[in-house]
Amino acid sequence: MSAITPPRSSTSPLHKLRSATGTRRIFIHTVLIGVAIVMLYPLMWMLSSSLKPDTEIFTHPGLIPTALRPENYSEGWSGSGNSFSLYITNSLIVTIGAVIGNVISCSLAAYAFARFEFRGKKIWFGLMLGTLMLPTQAVLIPQYTIFYNLTWINTFLPLIVPKFLAVDAFFIFLMVQFIRSIPRELDQAAMVDGANPWKIYWKIILPLMKPALITTTIFTFIWTYDDFLHQLVYLQQNDKFTVPLGLTLFLDQTSGSSYGAMFAMSTLALLPTLICFLIFQKRLVEGMATSGMKG
Amino acid sequence: MTTAQTGEVVKEPSVPATPSDQRERDRMRRRLARRRGGGWWPYLFLAPWFVGLFGLTIYPMLDSLYLSFTNFDLLTPAQWVGMDNYNRMFAEDPVFWDSVHATLVYVLVSVPLKLALALAVAMLLNRDLRGIGLYRAAFYLPSLLGGAVAIAIVWRQVFGGEGLFNDFLGWFGLNTGQDWISSPDTALYTLVLLAVWQFGTPMVIFLAGLKQLPKDVFEAAAIDGAGAVTRFFKITLPLLTPIVFFNVVLQIIDAFKTFTPAFVISNGSGGPLNSTMLYSLYLYKKGFTDLQMGYASALAWVLFLVIALFTAVNFIASRYWVHYDD
Repeated sequence: MSAITPPRSSTSPLHKLRSATGTRRIFIHTVLIGVAIVMLYPLMWMLSSSLKPDTEIFTHPGLIPTALRPENYSEGWSGSGNSFSLYITNSLIVTIGAVIGNVISCSLAAYAFARFEFRGKKIWFGLMLGTLMLPTQAVLIPQYTIFYNLTWINTFLPLIVPKFLAVDAFFIFLMVQFIRSIPRELDQAAMVDGANPWKIYWKIILPLMKPALITTTIFTFIWTYDDFLHQLVYLQQNDKFTVPLGLTLFLDQTSGSSYGAMFAMSTLALLPTLICFLIFQKRLVEGMATSGMKG
Repeated sequence: MTTAQTGEVVKEPSVPATPSDQRERDRMRRRLARRRGGGWWPYLFLAPWFVGLFGLTIYPMLDSLYLSFTNFDLLTPAQWVGMDNYNRMFAEDPVFWDSVHATLVYVLVSVPLKLALALAVAMLLNRDLRGIGLYRAAFYLPSLLGGAVAIAIVWRQVFGGEGLFNDFLGWFGLNTGQDWISSPDTALYTLVLLAVWQFGTPMVIFLAGLKQLPKDVFEAAAIDGAGAVTRFFKITLPLLTPIVFFNVVLQIIDAFKTFTPAFVISNGSGGPLNSTMLYSLYLYKKGFTDLQMGYASALAWVLFLVIALFTAVNFIASRYWVHYDD
């Protein structure tokens, strides 16, 4: 960052302009803190509501509960048909399967696009970029009929198998960009040595593209975990439900008495994403800035 | 890599400089050239992607085009009905028009607000500030969580009759006890607010763009006495137009696809009075609740064409307002 900010010479007119600092800085911080509070308030409200007795959630607006009720968590966990641990297990199966699929299939395709010349490469590459813009809704119904005919409905397969077929072009694109930054001399040295392209991919490219693989892992994890539409369409029985579907069960039975439990489980449901965010915060934000796209 | 290097070291001194060495080198060169083309290797690496492209994208697109001219309930074979689905959509289905209306309002209100806020905050953050990382993280977090059902559930409660939003209005003596979620006039705007709340992604992209603007231009303008407002409109904004364009295209596509909050906030109904019946939600209901998969396929193709149209218009219009260096 210091490379980007201009040197602080007191003669620079821009610096003078900016350096009515004292009051100006305080003003900017005040505005930013204000925005930050508005941004985070709904989340804090959810957290505090998850610990309040039901009677207090809507009558006592402050963030700090007058009485703590951690039982919301245990009741929510066991409530709504199945135990929440089942939904979390199901979500983990789906997300881990999707992550493995995306990392393998997208890196294979990206290696081909970044390192080979072959007939029609430009057209294929263009098609790949085109699928980035295709709304999933446009292919949802025929895909459903395909999986229906394979009798995969109400299994995790429709949520996992496509990821092994590199359908998330966003990550292919990300990895192509990354592989292009790896010097070709490395491949050539190995090639002279008799390594075939598979060996080069496995022993050289893959280890070197770890940062891109980690970015893919984090975003695939979060986006799959949160992907409500596909889970809603493909999973039909309670014992196959994932966390988002389990949460909607609370909505169906909101009889006023389970608000606390609903907020408690909503808070828990956000935890994996939050933990991801806290650990990889810098990488997530930078990754978004450099590669752009999606949210 | 280490094996490659050691291999080289062992081999080179042992090969004598003879005519056969020359032949060896020629063979190697030919082999390298072939490898760049790769023979069947690239297709091997692309095999999964090819299966996905044809099996899960191209074939489904064509199948859905075919299905859009049929009546299809998944259980019995599809029946050809010609243009019926499209006629019904445009001429006989008021709910379709409700969903078009809701979606257009949603896209055309939320995207500009979100981008304006993202740019404003990015401008504030584009300086040497203490704690800038914390601010960026705080503003980006809602975008990351935004797609989650849990957030939609919280939103539903925040804008309910006894929710946080009314408490907030109460501080200014404005609390009328209105339930914003169940009023058809306001329900859609709670979704808009949710979208605007998630301005983090475009903000981070704007910030990356702002950091690359040439500093000397601003210094020169400042010397010439250009004020902050002039500098923003005459320098920052024009130089930033490629990034603005990128964000506009992505956010519009994203907004058209919105599903989760509309589903959760209306309990899957799109109500009250279809006011939150976003297009994706209507498509889902027709296809998977009513099992009218032919009709839903027609809806899907219209969505696809509308998004393509918006994107194309964006690209054409961009010639007139996007400023590129080269």
